[in-house]
Amino acid sequence: MASKATQTDRLRGDGSHESFLQHKRFRWLKIASLICVIAIVTYAMVDVQPRHNGGTWYGYTLGTIGFLLILWLTTLGIRKRFMTRNAWSLKGWTSAHVYLGLALISVATLHTGFQFGWNIHTLSYVLMMIVIISGLFGILAYGTLPQQLSFNRDAVTETQMLESLRSIDRQLHDSAQSLPQRYAELVDISLQQDPFGGGVFARLSRRYPHCATRKVHNLIREETGGRVDRGDDALERVDALLNRKLSTLARVRKHLQLKALLEFWLYVHVPLTFALIAALTAHVVSVFFYW
Amino acid sequence: MSETYRIAIVGSGPAGLSAAARAAQLGLSHVLLEKTDHLSDTIYKYQKGKHVMATPAQLVLRSDMSFEAGKREAILGIWDEQAASNKVNVRYKSDVKAIEGTGEAIKGSIMRVATRNRDGSTGVQEIQRHKPPYKITMTDGSTIIAENVVLAIGTQGNPNLMRCPGGDLPHVQYQLDDPKEYIDEHIVIIGAGDAGIENAMGLAEDPAQQNVVTIVNRGADFPTAKDANVKGLLAARDAGRLNVALHTETAAVEPGWITFNTRDGEQKIKCDRIIARIGSAPPRTFVEQCGIEFASQDRLAFPKLSPVFETTAPGIFVIGALAGYPLIKHCMNQGHDVVEFINGNTSLKPADEPILEAKFRHLPGKQSVDQWLEILQTNVIVLNGMNMLQMREFMLDSDVHYYKRGDVIFERNAPGSSVFAIATGSVSVQVSPTDPSITIPIETGTIFGEVGLISGRKRGATVVAAENTICVEISRTAALKLQSSVPAAKRAIERISTERQLLQMFGSGLKPADLKEVLDTYEINQIMAGKPVINEGENGDDIYVIRQGSMVVEKKINGKPVFLSYLPAGSYIGEMALIGGTKRTATVRAAIKSEVIRLEGYAFKALLQKKPELVAKLQKDMAGRQDVNAFIEAKKDSFSGVVDMYSNVANFLVDNGIGEATDVLLIDENLCVGCDNCEKACADSHDGLSRLDREAGRTYAHLHVPTSCRHCEHPHCMADCPPNAIHRGPDGEVFIDDTCIGCGNCQRNCPYGVIRMDAVPPKKPGLFNWLLFGAGPGPGEPSKKWAYKNTPVGVEKAKKAIKCDMCAGIKGGPACVRACPTGAAIRVSPEQFLTVARLEREGA
Repeated sequence: MASKATQTDRLRGDGSHESFLQHKRFRWLKIASLICVIAIVTYAMVDVQPRHNGGTWYGYTLGTIGFLLILWLTTLGIRKRFMTRNAWSLKGWTSAHVYLGLALISVATLHTGFQFGWNIHTLSYVLMMIVIISGLFGILAYGTLPQQLSFNRDAVTETQMLESLRSIDRQLHDSAQSLPQRYAELVDISLQQDPFGGGVFARLSRRYPHCATRKVHNLIREETGGRVDRGDDALERVDALLNRKLSTLARVRKHLQLKALLEFWLYVHVPLTFALIAALTAHVVSVFFYW
Repeated sequence: MSETYRIAIVGSGPAGLSAAARAAQLGLSHVLLEKTDHLSDTIYKYQKGKHVMATPAQLVLRSDMSFEAGKREAILGIWDEQAASNKVNVRYKSDVKAIEGTGEAIKGSIMRVATRNRDGSTGVQEIQRHKPPYKITMTDGSTIIAENVVLAIGTQGNPNLMRCPGGDLPHVQYQLDDPKEYIDEHIVIIGAGDAGIENAMGLAEDPAQQNVVTIVNRGADFPTAKDANVKGLLAARDAGRLNVALHTETAAVEPGWITFNTRDGEQKIKCDRIIARIGSAPPRTFVEQCGIEFASQDRLAFPKLSPVFETTAPGIFVIGALAGYPLIKHCMNQGHDVVEFINGNTSLKPADEPILEAKFRHLPGKQSVDQWLEILQTNVIVLNGMNMLQMREFMLDSDVHYYKRGDVIFERNAPGSSVFAIATGSVSVQVSPTDPSITIPIETGTIFGEVGLISGRKRGATVVAAENTICVEISRTAALKLQSSVPAAKRAIERISTERQLLQMFGSGLKPADLKEVLDTYEINQIMAGKPVINEGENGDDIYVIRQGSMVVEKKINGKPVFLSYLPAGSYIGEMALIGGTKRTATVRAAIKSEVIRLEGYAFKALLQKKPELVAKLQKDMAGRQDVNAFIEAKKDSFSGVVDMYSNVANFLVDNGIGEATDVLLIDENLCVGCDNCEKACADSHDGLSRLDREAGRTYAHLHVPTSCRHCEHPHCMADCPPNAIHRGPDGEVFIDDTCIGCGNCQRNCPYGVIRMDAVPPKKPGLFNWLLFGAGPGPGEPSKKWAYKNTPVGVEKAKKAIKCDMCAGIKGGPACVRACPTGAAIRVSPEQFLTVARLEREGA
């Protein structure tokens, strides 16, 4: 046999794999902790007059570090989309992004010297903290939701789920042809409605109080519930189809909910990052302007 | 009183007819003996309207009969006419029973015929040869006398029979006279040679007949069929007119049903009629009784012939299919030539002479074509079993090169699927990629480069001529044909590659000479997917080497089979029972259809006694394996659930084709957030087309096998690529080069659906243009709509086959893995991934 050494050997190591949190045996956790410890110890050791604040030499140092860190953390968005050659790993970048972003809490807080007020400086701090907290939610989501997503879809793709919904709809449409007008109209209500409408809240909470399919199914169930199902009744078939549609809908809605949960924090995280950079720019300019 | 002739020609096929016509033209006294009441029975029995081909195209026809490609009826009509106009003397209904020399006994010329008795014992029958003239006896008792006999009886008389259970049932036939006869039947055609393919096409041609036609082929390639037939067959399959079952063999036949062994296990389908077209063997017994010796004991060997087609019985000549070449044009040329030879024309050169002359022209030493063929045939071991006729045909497809000492024959990593055979001189193989001074010599007569043929990989080492050397370069097609028509060559190639595999695997200072006894007993067995090679608890001390495919090792613990390990091709099994003298300690079964080399236990033991280093190596390997077994057994007691999970995951992966993979993308769905950045990165690294579908594919225990190339050990996609555009790269990646013609064969052949046919979309604006100004479709594969709108008018790009190339040539490696933000995407090779190390990590 020819030897099987491949260029991917270095990527796969011994076949084990680590998540972005464990990347290289928690390398970035260690570095970030070290930064925090150094910041806290020096904060306690350095005696600046009259007291710690952003305007001392020590405050400027921490501020510069924090500002550069924020700019660097922002570049993850570019790195992710910029598919260049060379041996970089987005997982490594994510890992550094997470831990260094958390280290920013101590760096920036110590930079303030615990002086807050109703001004542009504190606004920057607050925006930064919101970005970090939304990021924490992201870590939580990334840590817990993928298993549910995988379990819920059960090797079925989103396209296949939607295709099976369409197929059920086609069967419903065909089966309804032989029903009395009253029932056919009911079925049509289910066919006409966009089952995933209802906005962001419905998608995130998976609550669809106006789901026509459920209502129609309940109405038809009232008719069919008391009868014996002989297997050849068109209404019974529609009942069964509506039931199938409901369970497929439940799966798709759960899928969409999980995907939305995995993404929605980014709609806070990313825009506020840009707001933060704007506020920071104002903060820096004003500090130097009033020097 | 018998009639006497100068030449008696037995058989009125293309060869015999052409010979008779030449004899008639030369005015020689001749008789053409035909057992039926019409000429050329083989072609007569072809299907009605069958298109008869005239290959090889480059061969000039030299005969008094004319022949060009056309319908069966037209050809037979012309031949009947020309036989009459040439005044050929035909004796119909003359079925020859025996041919005996009537002259004095030839001293020392005794024919030994190996006989096989019913009880399995063998004996030797001795026949004293006599000088001509020959007495030819017919089945009706009449005789004729002839000075020379030309045997042109073909091979049609003895079709190979089906040997599976039920093969003798009445609905199994070996002949299809009229495909229009059968209506609304489930018909299975066994064998995808030309005859089988033509039968299948005939039966499926008219949809109104409502036949469900399935043609069964043992492998994935069609080495014995003409190219045009194969193309036609695949087109018919794609049009849904018939089914082609590849990698399939018949297991059993019963009325109404047929059972196959396939890669996916046993399969039973409806079947009203079986047409077996599994080739034919020469009517050997009859021929041997005439005093004609065969090239070897192989069932499919051909008679020994002189360059003028004379056999070991002086005055008896053999031409045509019986001589080893079944193409009509060849047969007719031979018929013409043999009569010229008999008539004393010794200066006549065969019709292919100019082609071969050109091939040998640049070689040193002024030898004739015949001398060169003789040199190649005697010097090269794999060609020993061929007669001169086959050699000529073989050389038409092959090339011969002359290398001066120090010339590079091929470089490491160069693409190439041909095999080289050393006719004179020797070469040295540079085994180390870094130090060219470490070499292994390969001597005259043997072959090298056979790995390219077997697994479609690039050259594994640079080979340099060690002295002035002449090599035959055997193309992949010629090598496949050689192996299928000359069993001795197949065995020789197998033996050499087996020897090299054993030497490489065992190391331990073994030399080819040490392996002689072991190799004398080896046997290659095919193992169907899921079938065991070794059963736990059985007796046996044979050693098995996995030649192709892969195996899984299982052990029953508390009554449940537990996955112990995965063994790729190139591993060996069975050493525990041999060394320990115990029963088999575990079950080993094929993960996919595989081939194993079985080495007899006693022969291997003898080798061990001579080679203590080998014993030490085996013991070391065995200790490692026993550790794994012990580890898993120990864990099973305390962490039964985890071990079951490990076992199930391993089986799931094997079921999803990981068993034949060399490098596969897996996604840990505990980590995958569904961002599809892997697909986007793939598209952005490869002309805007993604070669993977993350979401599709199977999942088990959160381990997802996406639709993405597994870079199979024996790639299905390579089986049938007309421009030969699919290769294996230096890092093991299977890739498609620019010569792709977009036929879609690879896409259809891939069992995992990882190849797509698509045109390269237009170039997108840069990333920052998109980020800052919203120009273009952004990262990832552009939508069809965008691609359509932005393609310049008048530019039409062809759809070509697109598949993963493992990001060959891209620094940093596979983009899918680099671009995964959470570490969910990993690339693994099965032997690295399916190990107990995984079990340890998962917390047991």
